[in-house]
Amino acid sequence: MVPLSWYLMVSAALFCLGIFGVLARRNAVAILMGTELMLNAANINLVAFWRHLRPDVMSGQVFTLMVFVVAAAEAAVGLALCIAIYSSRGTVVVEDMDLLKG
Amino acid sequence: MEGFDVANLFVSIGQVWTGFLVNLGLSSQWIAFVNKLVAALLLTALPVTIVVFTIMGERKIIGRFQDRLGPNRVGPYGFLQTVPDVVKLLTKEIITPTNVDKVMYNVAPALSVIAVILIWAVMPIAPSMIGVDLDIGVVYFLAVSSLATLAILLAGWSSNNKYALIAAFRTVSQLVSYEVPLVLSLLVPVMLASSLSMNDIVQAQSRGWFVILAPISMLIFFISGTAEVGRSPFDLLEADSEIVAGFNIEYSGMRFAMFFLGEWIHAFTFCALTATLYFGGWRGPFVDQVPALGALYFFAKMFILYLIHIWIRATMPRFRIDQMLAFSWKFLVPLALVNVAVMALATKLLAPPDLSASFWATLPRWGGFLGVNLIMAVGTFVAVREVARQARRKEEEVSGRFGSAAVVQE
Amino acid sequence: MGISHVLFILFSVLILGGGVMVVTRRNLVQAAGALILTLFGVAGLYVLLEAGFLAAVQILIYIGAIAILIIFAVMLTRRLADEQEPGLNSQWAWALGTAVMALAILVIVIQGTWPLAGGVVGNAPPLTGDSTSRLGVALLSPEQYAFPFEVASVLLLSAMLGAIVIAREKRH
Repeated sequence: MVPLSWYLMVSAALFCLGIFGVLARRNAVAILMGTELMLNAANINLVAFWRHLRPDVMSGQVFTLMVFVVAAAEAAVGLALCIAIYSSRGTVVVEDMDLLKG
Repeated sequence: MEGFDVANLFVSIGQVWTGFLVNLGLSSQWIAFVNKLVAALLLTALPVTIVVFTIMGERKIIGRFQDRLGPNRVGPYGFLQTVPDVVKLLTKEIITPTNVDKVMYNVAPALSVIAVILIWAVMPIAPSMIGVDLDIGVVYFLAVSSLATLAILLAGWSSNNKYALIAAFRTVSQLVSYEVPLVLSLLVPVMLASSLSMNDIVQAQSRGWFVILAPISMLIFFISGTAEVGRSPFDLLEADSEIVAGFNIEYSGMRFAMFFLGEWIHAFTFCALTATLYFGGWRGPFVDQVPALGALYFFAKMFILYLIHIWIRATMPRFRIDQMLAFSWKFLVPLALVNVAVMALATKLLAPPDLSASFWATLPRWGGFLGVNLIMAVGTFVAVREVARQARRKEEEVSGRFGSAAVVQE
Repeated sequence: MGISHVLFILFSVLILGGGVMVVTRRNLVQAAGALILTLFGVAGLYVLLEAGFLAAVQILIYIGAIAILIIFAVMLTRRLADEQEPGLNSQWAWALGTAVMALAILVIVIQGTWPLAGGVVGNAPPLTGDSTSRLGVALLSPEQYAFPFEVASVLLLSAMLGAIVIAREKRH
């Protein structure tokens, strides 16, 4: 059995990669990928805590499933927004989306 | 050979093999490791071996359907045709076009075969003859078969070819659309067996195949399975008259053949899955006394279903893309949703299977399920007829108006 | 050090290597491919944590649906000039600083409670019973998570409708 702290370290590193991706990428789709990284980091934590601390209570797995649902919803709406913006502005670079209207 | 039991043929072979390893002087840990390795190799080799025969058989059968002989030059009745084909494909030059994404371009063909072969890890071939009896077998098979979609998308994009990309888009929209009714129809055998494990699903069919309890679910599964494989009438991914050839247009030699290998294996793998989930898998007469018969029944059912699959392929013309998507979203998905809801209710209301009950005592349950399915079938028929009538009426109104206009002009 | 440790290191390399490529690759389809590697690694960690159902669902939903959706979006919003433009914006140095600082804080916090030096063998309590069926019972029993489960389905439905409404081409 791999100790809990190893999982937590990997998940922390993945989370910070996600933060960097969200803050530093120009493309909106790439920013969405950064959020997916962060959600996955949180999921690793949830499942690792479930297995190592309370495997008799299913909360960890249930919350992971909820994160799956939220991630799917977020990806669908976020990517639909990207496509809508692209068709009206011709770009998905977030710095170019600087108008509230038009 | 002492103690060689023909009834438990595969178990006996396993015992002889393990005895051989013990005689070699291996420790028990190594024997377990070697056995797992050999099992994995056998399971990988099995579909690849079967496909050699199905390619030849399908070409002969399709030939007969189309009123021609089929391959008849190599070997007796042309039965060895696959051998020179494979040799030809292997010796062909493999061309990597410039400006392709090298990694993805090379990974995609392998991925399309791997995704299908991985399904065989959870296929119960005979009693106690299964790669791994995962407690999530059904979800596992859905997960690995979704990798095939990814392979096609990667192949289409990395080829750096417009036609390949368009074909990949089409294919992915087709595969994703038909995955929805597929998953929904799969819920029914899972509910009936109240387990996600493939082995438990086969065990639960000891008193009657699920095709009797849930024929509509079986039909939805088989149709969406055909679409997932990408065979006619759903063969839009290689509609050569519309998109030159498809997502694999830039591939050559063995890499090109890998996609077709994946498709051919996928075709009979889906028949094997249908046989397992709805037609009792390895179940058949005397299988409890002679477990080795199970493999025979399993493959017999698989090939009979495959024959039906070939029959559909040889008979039906290709759908148009909008017809195909509408068929999934407007017909199969609503039907599958209703089916799941009704079957869930029926499973709750009708008495759960009691293994000690006599055959006659289980009859009301079967009748109930059959009746429910019949009602659903009639309801679907009525609904479809009503929709078609309204569409026709609208069409007649339009054409009537134009028709009278033409008369006035005259 | 057993086979699980080797697998853990393998999956971690897959996760973090993929993650680095996701945030640095200029070519977005390659970034999405790297994202798929990361998601595979996470599924591997779920298997190591004996959550097989979650691993299968991770592959089915994340790789089979979300990653494909992302690749679709990348292809539909691609401009030919994009490949020459930089992938990172002007504040990437600040972003790097923030990420490193967040990592430092997280590592300090984790070290305080679950120190890495605690040995290579974790002491998790044994897993009893079939965790997949327990997960199903937990999701659908009213006193546990039936309500969040239903709310999640409403969320999915509204997201689906929203995506259709937003991305639909306006007909005038």
